[in-house]
Amino acid sequence: MSQPTIQTDTAKPEPRSSFRGWTPVSSSMNPYLPPVFITLILLVGHFSFGILESYKKTALAIVSSMLCELVLSRILVHKWPNLASSYITGISVGILLRSPGYWPYAVCGLLSITSKYVLRVKGRHIFNPSNFGISAMLFLASDAVATLSIQWGNNLAAMAVIWVLGSLIIWRARRFHICATYVASFLLFSVIRAWATGDPWLSEFSPITGPEYQLFTFFMITDPKTTVKPKWAQCVVAFSIAFVEMILRLEQSIYAPLYALFLVGPAALVIEMMWNARHPFARSAAAPALP
Amino acid sequence: MKRIPVARIVVTLFFVGLLATPAIMRWRLAQRTLAAHSTLDPQTSLARHGFYLEEVSHAAGIDFVHQAPTLDAQLNPIMPEVASMGASVSVVDFDRDGWPDLYVTNSKEGSKNHLYRNMHDGTFKDVAEQMGVADVNQPGTGVSMGAVWGDYDNDGYEDLFLYKWGRPELFHNDQGHAFTRVTEQAGMPAWINANSAVWFDYDGDGKLDLFVGGYYPEDVDLWHLKNTRMMPESFEYAKNGGRKYLFHNLGGGKFEEVSAKLGISSRRWALAAGAADLRGTGHQDLFVANDYGVSELYLNDGKRFHEVGEQAGVGFAPKSGMNVAFGDVLNDGHYAVYVSNISENGTLIQGNNLWVPKEDPASKTVSFENLARDMGVELGGWSFGAQFGDLNNDGTLDLYLTNGYVSLDRNKSYWYDFTKIAGGNSAIIGDAKDWPAMEGRSLSGYQQKHVWLNDGAGHFVDVAQSVGVTDTYDGRAVALADLWNRGVLDVVVANERGPLLVYKNTVAPGNHWIEFSLKGSTSNRSAIGAAVELSWNGQKQLQSVSGGSGFSAQNDRRLHFGLGKSPQAMSAIIHWPSGKVRTLTSLTADKLYTIEEPQ
Repeated sequence: MSQPTIQTDTAKPEPRSSFRGWTPVSSSMNPYLPPVFITLILLVGHFSFGILESYKKTALAIVSSMLCELVLSRILVHKWPNLASSYITGISVGILLRSPGYWPYAVCGLLSITSKYVLRVKGRHIFNPSNFGISAMLFLASDAVATLSIQWGNNLAAMAVIWVLGSLIIWRARRFHICATYVASFLLFSVIRAWATGDPWLSEFSPITGPEYQLFTFFMITDPKTTVKPKWAQCVVAFSIAFVEMILRLEQSIYAPLYALFLVGPAALVIEMMWNARHPFARSAAAPALP
Repeated sequence: MKRIPVARIVVTLFFVGLLATPAIMRWRLAQRTLAAHSTLDPQTSLARHGFYLEEVSHAAGIDFVHQAPTLDAQLNPIMPEVASMGASVSVVDFDRDGWPDLYVTNSKEGSKNHLYRNMHDGTFKDVAEQMGVADVNQPGTGVSMGAVWGDYDNDGYEDLFLYKWGRPELFHNDQGHAFTRVTEQAGMPAWINANSAVWFDYDGDGKLDLFVGGYYPEDVDLWHLKNTRMMPESFEYAKNGGRKYLFHNLGGGKFEEVSAKLGISSRRWALAAGAADLRGTGHQDLFVANDYGVSELYLNDGKRFHEVGEQAGVGFAPKSGMNVAFGDVLNDGHYAVYVSNISENGTLIQGNNLWVPKEDPASKTVSFENLARDMGVELGGWSFGAQFGDLNNDGTLDLYLTNGYVSLDRNKSYWYDFTKIAGGNSAIIGDAKDWPAMEGRSLSGYQQKHVWLNDGAGHFVDVAQSVGVTDTYDGRAVALADLWNRGVLDVVVANERGPLLVYKNTVAPGNHWIEFSLKGSTSNRSAIGAAVELSWNGQKQLQSVSGGSGFSAQNDRRLHFGLGKSPQAMSAIIHWPSGKVRTLTSLTADKLYTIEEPQ
């Protein structure tokens, strides 16, 4: 059997911070902080507001994601994977996906993880796994699933705590600039949307105050494995995501942010790869290769 | 040539299979719901499903079209969404002639409610004006949202409680000849923005008490808003709605409000309520379905209520509860509870709930599991009123669901803007001025209704289109009654800004039925809360007399049981609210039994 040509998360800690398969930038950062953080969000959200429709469904998403990672990593990479990444994927699916049925949670978890091993360019996966899984389910199974958009009590205090805590952690992970660029861009584009639609500005601003955006901002667009490397480029991509989201929103796409990341994220990565292929010096100077 | 590892090929195929799974699931669902989307001629429908429904309102002399209210101009941008309730129907034999009559509410300022007297010849005649229960929507007094009937003074005639966004009204039935307004004497509050009410005798003293569920806070006058911060603070966790009322019947036509004293203090946005003895304790428990939040289950120990929704499983996942109907769907002597919610493809899939009690004889409490998906009654669009009833007399309870929220421009949807605001912070969602204007767009409009036929094996099949239910109005209330004393359940549907529909039922010959008209003596005269456990052919079914169920509706007080073919060994155990039990044997099919509670 030939040597697999793909790489994925392994038990070995990664040299860069990540909200999927996170490893610390500084020694004070625990590599399992993101899983702990997202679990904390889940627990606080649930015990404050009962956000989980069902323990079983969330557990199903987590277990299917982790099992899938385990099996695919063994089959294709012959290594035991670091399951923190798949845990975050599973828990994101469990929180973000809304469906009265069970099967969408299992399929979405499996789809998210499998996408990492199948949709690869030059040995690198280009889609954020949970973004891919959820976007695919929303597009293909619109009769069976929706996403979280109306949870966590719409409560100001809970929202502020999550934003502050998330910002602190993302700051330590040196990816705050991505979140800040995205949020600032969203605000700018919300003004433009309000002007274009004639709707109250607060109604255009409203979505970002919801919990879906907290997960999206902290856990999806910051994923190091599916973001470009230069800091300035990361800001450009975050701005681009917000821009494409605005276009989709003007077309009344309910899942605009997820679809925007789905479209922009991989495109940015491919462009970066092409750029790096033509400018090997720039690659070595600005973009350390993933393990 | 580079060799591709087998494992990678397998994983890729697996990935493709996962992508195809939604399509496969959709195909399977389509196969199951095929019957719902094909129309059949009456004879074929009779042969295939055992019944057929024909809309006969005009022929029956009913040409009622509901009119919606026009609230404060500050709400104009979202008026169709806010002023979207008020169509209701309740069944009552107000004149005790043995034929069910209909009371229908209207909601435009100055509009009239209608009381349709059954003329025994297949037609109805509106007598609301002459009876004094028509002109109840005068400006300044609010507008009607629904009505429930109960004989609060045990004089043998059903009295009328009218709940409104405004001043609630209690009308005493003067022996079927007229109604006298007794609101102030009874001690009713000056204003409640209510969308639900139910008569029941919570303390078993033989006098009917009354629960009223507030929706908007009671200090909000929707025609003269102090400000626009009157919307729910959250789409799923709102607790800034109207208060709840429990009016204890003191006798002598007076009521005392005792909700807080007895453990009911919720400010969730109640849209439906129902009472039934869910544990066989002899006390009626109270189930409240809330919009923008979880349902509440108040267990009644005869003296106090204890809210156990979360422990019982029904108050865990917040949805948009809009209906409470009880039905022994498995013919096992236990009530399931049907709560309707919102499902819109690609946007919001809450799914309706069919709460089926879990078997746990050792437990003194009650817990439920949601079997709506397993039993096929989960997805019903923007669902509103639903009722259980045996529509084809085959011996199992079927389910009729109406739906549809705002039907305006067919080609423009408000859903995107709705989700934009619904996900926002409470400071935004709670203020009507932050909501985008509807501008003539629909919100889950023009929806197909659902008539779910119980196959007796734990599954329901939607046959709406095949049995003649093809309307797409914005349905609100559903009430079931044997309108013409034929031994079949007819269906009456009240539509928002739409006509009152009367679906006359034709059941295929061969299936039998039995009906019970109960009258309390020690118990309340309406016999609300009395339960009949009917046994035949080795099976049994439990039904009880209701003081209001569904959404803004009340079924006929007479209990209708379908029996299927060749019913044998029929017997009935009647559990009266007083605690008395009477067993009837040697019952005959195809007959209405009028049973008075033994003294």
